[in-house]
Amino acid sequence: MPATPVTEYTGVIPEKREITTVPRFSDKVFRFVVTSGGFTALIILSLIAIFLLLEGLPVFRDQGIKFVTGFDWNAGDPENGVAATFGIGAMLIGTLVVSFIGLVIALPIAVGTALFLTYYAPLWVKRPLTIMVDLMAAIPSVIYGLWGFFILMPHAIYWAKLLHKYLDFLPFFKMQAPVYERSPFIAGIVVGIMIVPIIAAISREVFSQVPLDRVQAAYALGASKWTMIRSVVLPFGASGIAGGAMLGLGRAMGETIAIYLVLNIYFIPNFQVLFSSGGNVASLIVSRFGEAGEYELRALMAAGLVLFVVTLMVNFLSDRIVKRTSRTGGQ
Amino acid sequence: MTTVEYQVSPRKPWRLGRKQLAVNGLVFFGSIAATPLLLDATPLAGKLGAAFIFVVIATLANVIVSVIRQGPRMVSNAISSSLIYLATALVLLPLGSILFTVIQKGAGAIRWNTFTQDMRLSQPDAPFTEGGALHAIVGTALIVLIATIISVPLGTLTALYLTEIKGRFEGLVRFLVQAMSGVPSIVAGLFIYSVLIVTLGAKYSAFVGALALTILMLPTVARTAEEVLKLIPRELREAGTALGATQWRTVAMVVVPAARSGILTAVILGVARVAGETAPLLLTILGNTATNVNPFNGPSAALPLYTFTLMRTGLDVAITRAWGGAFILLTLVLVLFISARLLSGKKR
Repeated sequence: MPATPVTEYTGVIPEKREITTVPRFSDKVFRFVVTSGGFTALIILSLIAIFLLLEGLPVFRDQGIKFVTGFDWNAGDPENGVAATFGIGAMLIGTLVVSFIGLVIALPIAVGTALFLTYYAPLWVKRPLTIMVDLMAAIPSVIYGLWGFFILMPHAIYWAKLLHKYLDFLPFFKMQAPVYERSPFIAGIVVGIMIVPIIAAISREVFSQVPLDRVQAAYALGASKWTMIRSVVLPFGASGIAGGAMLGLGRAMGETIAIYLVLNIYFIPNFQVLFSSGGNVASLIVSRFGEAGEYELRALMAAGLVLFVVTLMVNFLSDRIVKRTSRTGGQ
Repeated sequence: MTTVEYQVSPRKPWRLGRKQLAVNGLVFFGSIAATPLLLDATPLAGKLGAAFIFVVIATLANVIVSVIRQGPRMVSNAISSSLIYLATALVLLPLGSILFTVIQKGAGAIRWNTFTQDMRLSQPDAPFTEGGALHAIVGTALIVLIATIISVPLGTLTALYLTEIKGRFEGLVRFLVQAMSGVPSIVAGLFIYSVLIVTLGAKYSAFVGALALTILMLPTVARTAEEVLKLIPRELREAGTALGATQWRTVAMVVVPAARSGILTAVILGVARVAGETAPLLLTILGNTATNVNPFNGPSAALPLYTFTLMRTGLDVAITRAWGGAFILLTLVLVLFISARLLSGKKR
């Protein structure tokens, strides 16, 4: 059958579309807007550093290295020629002491819970329990502070007395006077409870990446559940757990209100963790802010900058450590 | 030739049989029953002593049962599994205690007037039938609303940069967002204070507080939104491009609508993150006992700050009011958290 001739098209034929890889105008605008939006984090972080540095600069200049190493926090008496001395040394030590206690308490509990959720719990327990652990991270810190002060403190004082009574030979369980209220020990427990969900979440994520063939190989070689965990899961997850612990440490160092409510802030470095005296850079800012004069306010800004830099460094380290696990598979 | 038919039914050899479950139950409840007896026999006393004895007996019994079942190699397995159960219990204990006390102590301070009156005319230790938390609820609502309006577009743009543009600085931006989520809340407050109140001469107001919370909310929104956008199949984007759409049209008409419920989850999680923040608000909104509906003018109140201030007064009635504030705050956070779960659970 002969093909029917095509009727001539008489309308206007549009010009051939130009095919190009050059983005359209709308895309250029889109890319510009999104890219500049992507840099919000960079802008805000640099602004924080710049403004706190500018505000705190006179204090850094006057106090020098004493600002970080000194133990005095004295607004002075400018009218009578007594110079102000500001040093956050005791607070930095206090921050380390409290967050270290928190970490010592939280790490085993969080890793144990993550192991339970990944390898022990049946599905009907796992789901609600995961939600409950995540929920702990969402509870506001003022509620932790309230609970820590009114509910935990009476119990914790009893535990502290037991520790002091039976483990007195350890230098950090000694007491200079029997005052157990509002000690770094209690603040450490509160902070520890607060960072458990953070460490548990990261550990769980790492444990779920453990290659199944290695797990099955361990079982096939006759390993019990614990032998399998010890020889496969923990070596694989070690640096992930370390990264999670660092992240928790960073969170513990920046914790403000909960610590302010349960800790007795005192400008003397105190390593006797059961004794009612301690400090924390973040809660120093809250406790002095209300009554601070102009110069002391600048000192608080400088303290904020130190805290900002320290937590940024801890976070950076944690990020590096966690990344290393996911890249090399824990080898 | 004969054919043999096998009846194969799926078996789960790892599943505990009825007898084994019964033995496990016996170990657990037997240890509970034996605890008071041993508590009297030893010099230990109190709840801590009882808990200690229970853990020791349960572990021992668990070890004995495992050794009888599977041989002496199982000792370490039994001990470690006991410790792992213990760790889980130690996580649930404070959570349960917090939820219980907040409800038990806080519910008593809640009256109808808690939601209709503020503390302008009432002393902190006035009876619960007068005064309330209206000013704090209004303040928190305004602050969170403004923080959401600012941080959601910025957070979504950051997430879009990470998933759609994938520019040269992808790694850097991702790290900075991560670092920003670790900024201590007090530093965020201090920064906003130094910029707006010291440098620009602004006054304490809900808007200034909202800016401080924006810094804390943005990384949560950005990270959650990024996770969600990553889950959108690449084929959708390719289909958009293949139909001749520009990237802008593809993202606006295909990718973002597909990720709608996920982005809503990101917003809810961000709100839950900042609704309970106290420290930055202390430096930026100052607190107020009267209801202030203008977020740009005058000090404002907020629920976490209300709880904090009342607790610091040290008066019994005021502390119960503080528990009431904590109760409202916790309810708010719980509702947000559960709705985020439901939203994200529906998709999977």
